[in-house]
Amino acid sequence: MIGDATIPALPRGVRLREDQARGGFTLMAPERVLKLDPIANEVLKRIDGTATVAMIVDDLARTFAADRAQIDRDVKSMLQGLADKRLLDLTGND
Amino acid sequence: MTDGTAIDPPLGLLAELTHRCPLSCPYCSNPENLDRRSGELDTETWKRVFAEAAALGVMQVHLSGGEPTARADIVEITAHCRDVGLYTNLITSGINVAGAKLDALADAGLDHVQISFQGDISDHADHVSGMQGSHARKLELAAQVTGLGLPLTVNAVIHRGNADRVREMVQFAVDLGARRIEIAHVQYYGWALRNRDALMPTAEQVRTSTAAVDQARADFAGQIVIDAVVPDYYARRPKPCVGGWGRRSLNVTPAGKVLPCHAAETIPHLTFPNVRDRSLSDIWHHSEAFNAYRGTDWMAEPCRSCDRRDVDFGGCRCQALAMTGDAGATDPACQLSPFHARMIELAETAVAEVEASPMDTRYDYRRFL
Repeated sequence: MIGDATIPALPRGVRLREDQARGGFTLMAPERVLKLDPIANEVLKRIDGTATVAMIVDDLARTFAADRAQIDRDVKSMLQGLADKRLLDLTGND
Repeated sequence: MTDGTAIDPPLGLLAELTHRCPLSCPYCSNPENLDRRSGELDTETWKRVFAEAAALGVMQVHLSGGEPTARADIVEITAHCRDVGLYTNLITSGINVAGAKLDALADAGLDHVQISFQGDISDHADHVSGMQGSHARKLELAAQVTGLGLPLTVNAVIHRGNADRVREMVQFAVDLGARRIEIAHVQYYGWALRNRDALMPTAEQVRTSTAAVDQARADFAGQIVIDAVVPDYYARRPKPCVGGWGRRSLNVTPAGKVLPCHAAETIPHLTFPNVRDRSLSDIWHHSEAFNAYRGTDWMAEPCRSCDRRDVDFGGCRCQALAMTGDAGATDPACQLSPFHARMIELAETAVAEVEASPMDTRYDYRRFL
């Protein structure tokens, strides 16, 4: 399970890319091109292999002056979904 | 639909860099007439094709064949693909790739490696590939791929000789450290059609292998992603072949012909353009071949008024042609096709019973080095 201290990282072969032909950003992975909504893009941009989930949520809440508890739920749910698809590595779990 | 401005750009490009291959698989998906080495595109032309593809909107390129690493310029091509912004998949037999060549490909920016495995048991796998020792060499490459931290996909082609081992194949892939496995039943056209009687699974095998995939998805959730292709002959609705004709992807053959799918050349009345003569963008938007079955305007009944016409796009044009004589007909994999009953009959008569051992099956191997 994802906790506040979990450190998410994009594994080799999974990367963000701007989609100039169609607009927006995508997550590129083996045989997958996931079109990202602006929120998912803001989350993934903050994943650098050192930031914890708590740090990412803090930064999002500050940047968008939004409810931290709501962001916390949404971010953890999104990251778990990506991890289940083997598109995200998680370390530092409790 | 012929108005070039209304056509979405493609997402993927399958580059068949060469038809040469060290394996001799009886279900080879390359066309009947293979391109000779002397007719293959040169390095500079391939580079132009990849640059044009990226500019057109292609995001991922699949470097395939034949065995793509049989080309001496595979590292240069891979580096170029990365330079123009493409995500690069290597689709390989796994022969003659391990060692310095994979290291060089990884350094060039290769994103993902997909290795075909003919089984999870060495002698069965070698019997299908037609090459002694091939399985061991694939294992060696797989270990190097995961050791580098590159994502690995196991491609498992399913047929009568291994349909009872789907569960074991998934476990095998997990043990290799693969993040993804393709369970792909043989598609029966081209060379595979010659071996249909030796490859076709029984209806019972299809049922149990489909159930095995569902069970494995539950049991291995979070460990491996399973992408499964349902066997056509026992399907009720057709697959949206290549996501719809001229809609999401395109193929370039070793000699530079551009196809909407890798089997499209079986449709004799279409003429396919060549990258030597025209730009990829011009071909995608304006060629007769890409517009022939694009969208839904070309459809006849029962597709034309079907509420799934934008879901499956009428299925596979090549299969429609092979089974009905008309490439514009409904894919007979669909229950609504008047040819559906004949398709099931064909499948059932092809299979008498399962051999005592997969080693007893005689195949018509394909050899092209």
